[in-house]
Amino acid sequence: MESILAINNLTKKFGRLTAVNNLSFDINKGNVYGILGPNGSGKSTTLGIVLNVVNKSSGDFKWFGGNVSTHEALKKVGAIIERPNFYPYMTAAQNLKLVCKIKGVPYSKINEKLEVVGLQDRKDHKFSSYSLGMKQRLAIASALLNDPEILILDEPTNGLDPQGIHQIRQIIKDIAANGTTILLASHLLDEVEKVCTHVVVLRKGEKLYSGRVDEMISSHGFFELKAEKQEELIDLLRNNTEFKNIKVENDLITAFLNAPMDATTFNKLMFEKGIVLSHLVKRKESLEEQFLQLTDNK
Amino acid sequence: MLRLLQLELQKLLLNRVSKILIFVSFILPFTVLILSSIKINFFGFFTLELGELGIFNFPIIWHITTFFASQFKFFFAIVVVSMIGNEYSNKTIKQNLIDGLSKKEFILSKFYTIVFFSLVATLLIALASFVIGMYYSSYNEAQIIFRETNFLLAYFVKLVGFFTLCLFFGMLVKRSAFALAFLFILYILEWIALGLMTWKSDFELAEKIQNFFPLKSMYKLIDQPFQRVMMTKFPDKAELAYDYAVHWYEIAIVLGWTTLFLFLSYRILKNRDL
Repeated sequence: MESILAINNLTKKFGRLTAVNNLSFDINKGNVYGILGPNGSGKSTTLGIVLNVVNKSSGDFKWFGGNVSTHEALKKVGAIIERPNFYPYMTAAQNLKLVCKIKGVPYSKINEKLEVVGLQDRKDHKFSSYSLGMKQRLAIASALLNDPEILILDEPTNGLDPQGIHQIRQIIKDIAANGTTILLASHLLDEVEKVCTHVVVLRKGEKLYSGRVDEMISSHGFFELKAEKQEELIDLLRNNTEFKNIKVENDLITAFLNAPMDATTFNKLMFEKGIVLSHLVKRKESLEEQFLQLTDNK
Repeated sequence: MLRLLQLELQKLLLNRVSKILIFVSFILPFTVLILSSIKINFFGFFTLELGELGIFNFPIIWHITTFFASQFKFFFAIVVVSMIGNEYSNKTIKQNLIDGLSKKEFILSKFYTIVFFSLVATLLIALASFVIGMYYSSYNEAQIIFRETNFLLAYFVKLVGFFTLCLFFGMLVKRSAFALAFLFILYILEWIALGLMTWKSDFELAEKIQNFFPLKSMYKLIDQPFQRVMMTKFPDKAELAYDYAVHWYEIAIVLGWTTLFLFLSYRILKNRDL
């Protein structure tokens, strides 16, 4: 697969604090990546380093195989970091014109990209008059101007209202559907779960996991159960080696599997033991649960 | 190079405040120059015509106009420090770098703008001085007209040097107001240093050393012309004589400072996390 970005043993120290610790991962063409981590886990610092605004302490990174300088490579990248940064006294179109000049892109792209994010009718208004949602959409238009090989988004829905969040997500999904590689940093897990195929999980600057989203935890899922004879059910589950962990909350029992088992087999088994279930659901951990397990256990 | 200049010009000319300041820094010296060159009649009581004093004669006019015009450099200095300050306060410096501008290009785009405006200011002053001189001057041989046009070069170097210093302070403290304060502090420090050195040794040596300091070296490029005007009036007073010429080493000192400030600005940005 074609490499877009390769990070090798990257470390960043701010005085005594190590913000990014010996981090390595690869970004390949065509996938949608998420960088997950609690606040202060080094997501933004990592992105800052590869985007040429933060100096690394050690290690290295290579854009597009390492044949171009970082600032040349960034002309093929679209990125939005934390907050939309534009010149408040310029209009949207003027701001984009400036970005075109930096990236060496024809001005004809401006209208095309404003259309994508739905700001065409406000393009001659000053940036300072925009709402946060509009500013964020303008930032996306600006990042798309050069039809980037990779789009980097750092907390793109931070501080937006539900409508704004929905609009931004829809735009991201559309872009991903076109085959653009995306790197999305977020602490909002459902956001990542909805769009990403691969994740990198960070905590305190260290990598806990990187790989496909669905392989994040080798888990066989769990059952959610309710029954009249609760005590007997719990005893039975505890004695069965196919279950590793049982949790009881009020009358809801959660039983985690050690080995694969489907709901029909389980139901049959219980019925044979004389227990009638009033509630049976088989589920896999959501990304959120997986994430909490990963970040808590270490 | 043209691309970097265009970038910065767009940033400056679309901003109303800097547009006004740029306008003022160009227009004000001209208004003063033109007003002083016309014959002002005070309601028939008396007429004031500075031209009659001989200050618009070639070649002294080059000296006079560049000296007075350089007093207005402060307006553009505000533009320079605010063009750095704004990039930091809007965080657009970060966005520029993310969009693919290198740190070197960022500094260069500011520096090219400084050179560009200094060049425009020099050309305008040259033109205005020439026109006024042609009107008033009693000498009109080409050899005399173009003597001492090296004051124009000095003026240009002085502007570039001073604005690069402003650029450096802007990069150093990130805030326009603080950068201007630093400029003032530097000015005071240079005089305190002069005082201390005079106290420890003698004034002559102290002043020689002070001539190497950034602000003083820029000032020394174009010495005050008053004494010279007096000299033309009283040619027999030998004690008025002083060295007002533009020397190559004065230009070299200022160019040295300019290079240093430009390099330091780049180093600051290179090592800074944004």
